[in-house]
Amino acid sequence: MSTPTRSASPPGTEDLPATAGPPPRPTARAGRRRTLRREWQLYSLAVLPLLFFLVFRYLPMIGNVIAFRRFEPGGSLFGESWVGLRYVRMFLTDPTFWQVFRNTLWLGGLTLVCCFPVPIVLALLLNEVRRRSLKRFVQSVSYLPHFLSIVIVAGVTLQMLASDGPVNHLLGWFGHDPVRFAQEPGWFRTIFVGSEIWQTAGWGTILYLAALTTVDEDLYEAARIDGANRWRQIWHVTLPGIRPTMITLLILNIGTFMAVGFEKILLLYNPLTYPTADVISTYLYRAGVESNSFSYAAAIGLFEAVIGLVLITSANQLSRRTVGTSLW
Amino acid sequence: MVRPSRSHRAFQGANGVILSLVVLVTLYPFVNIVARSFSGERQIRAGEVTLWPKGFNLTTYRIVLHDGTFWRSYGNTVFYTVVSTLVAMVLTTCYAYVLSKRDLRGRQLLVGVAVFTMFFTGGLIPNYVLITSLGLKNSVWALAVPNAISVFNLLVMKAFFESLPDELEEAAQIDGLSTYGILLRIVLPLSKAVVATMVLFYSVSFWNSWFGAFLYLDRPELMPVTVYLRNLIAGATGGSGTGAATEQLTQVAANIQAVTIVLTALPILCVYPLVQRYFVSGVMLGAVKG
Repeated sequence: MSTPTRSASPPGTEDLPATAGPPPRPTARAGRRRTLRREWQLYSLAVLPLLFFLVFRYLPMIGNVIAFRRFEPGGSLFGESWVGLRYVRMFLTDPTFWQVFRNTLWLGGLTLVCCFPVPIVLALLLNEVRRRSLKRFVQSVSYLPHFLSIVIVAGVTLQMLASDGPVNHLLGWFGHDPVRFAQEPGWFRTIFVGSEIWQTAGWGTILYLAALTTVDEDLYEAARIDGANRWRQIWHVTLPGIRPTMITLLILNIGTFMAVGFEKILLLYNPLTYPTADVISTYLYRAGVESNSFSYAAAIGLFEAVIGLVLITSANQLSRRTVGTSLW
Repeated sequence: MVRPSRSHRAFQGANGVILSLVVLVTLYPFVNIVARSFSGERQIRAGEVTLWPKGFNLTTYRIVLHDGTFWRSYGNTVFYTVVSTLVAMVLTTCYAYVLSKRDLRGRQLLVGVAVFTMFFTGGLIPNYVLITSLGLKNSVWALAVPNAISVFNLLVMKAFFESLPDELEEAAQIDGLSTYGILLRIVLPLSKAVVATMVLFYSVSFWNSWFGAFLYLDRPELMPVTVYLRNLIAGATGGSGTGAATEQLTQVAANIQAVTIVLTALPILCVYPLVQRYFVSGVMLGAVKG
């Protein structure tokens, strides 16, 4: 009985001199208190943004568990009961899934191969323009499609390809019958990639143009003295100079490979072009939002996200090993 | 000196031709759409419209501009853009300011929380389920709140705040201003340029967005003009129309589409020449610092 009272009293007596210690330096203490108050106020500014990240970014990540649980609309956010890999098995045996999987690879691959080099070439060409006003004009024009809503881009694309549109008009000059581009599965990939280039090429040049300004002028001088013509200068000086930028953007492009142009496909496709246009994300949109199979769609979405993550990580790893440039 | 200059001139010539083609290909669709919007239906259908309106008339403009639905959705877009931008600016500014304090304890963690979301996201379905169960459907909050912070904008703003001199804030602190006071009376007045740029970035992206509204707003009177335009396009390319009657309907719809495209793009096209250089410098800043 005596032990608790004895052990309780010494800290109390020790406390007194400890609190009595600081008074000789009141300014430092007041300063510390002010910092504390200041820091507290700083942290309070972070509360709402943190809440935003937790609820609208991290909660949905956890929400992916409904891919392994039975979900009922109106029920719990995370589903009702575990069903294991049922939904994964479901989509792996679904022939439509494999069709949209193939389409995703096709569209993603074509977009990567066609859209990645265009800004580089455009930036190299722009870099050779000596008249500044001209250069700025070309740039301003080529950025323009980037600033418009994707709905407008899709609308413009379909208008251009309409049976009375300019493209068919041009075909008419060569005695060709009008083609109903928007309804032909065979044309979808070309249309998609073409409109993607139209929309993104100019904007994509920004970073390359910035990188080009950092290439050392002396290197060109040296190359010229060695007798290198323009092509050799581009090949041996310019391209190596912007290689880190190229690789960074390539890795980022590979990372978005699976999520290829979801919104635009949703705007451009129609049931007639599903055979070539339907991709994983549009299929899971229809399965989830339109047909209310949330768990099934979430399983597909998770599969897509995992492939995306694997792709970007391995691209990053590969480039770190081979050329020494990486995102992280 | 003669030989390199000739090859040089050939190169410059070819370059000029290619870049002219780029300009032509980029601009032609816009010019053509504008020309179509002022043209007669018959001339459009005959494929006569190229650079200049044929059979000039304003009938389609009159139809669209007398359509209550069009105006209502236009108004909705303005409203959604203003509210969403406001919410986004408040949250982004607060967080960017906190992150800009280099010696704040736990800063790395706070940065990490934001940056991680650039590489991994929850996906469409969990987000949809979340918004639905929060009861945000059919309200402006379904558009404003889930997009309140763009990590890219956050990093741009953080970089700007970091570039402000620390001494100013220290002086203000000694004069007895609290953190809120420093942010409101010292930092923000010095940051007008970056605040204006961020308002621009956010408002353009909210003005252009459509998918959130398409997902979360069911009632027709709530839709923004982008969804209005999307419905026009979807109606015209439904794929089911094969008969001559539907063909004609599609044609009229195409005319209305052209007018709606022009009117929807108009605000962006008007501010574009003034603002595009801000976007360019913003992207550069983000690329260098991010």
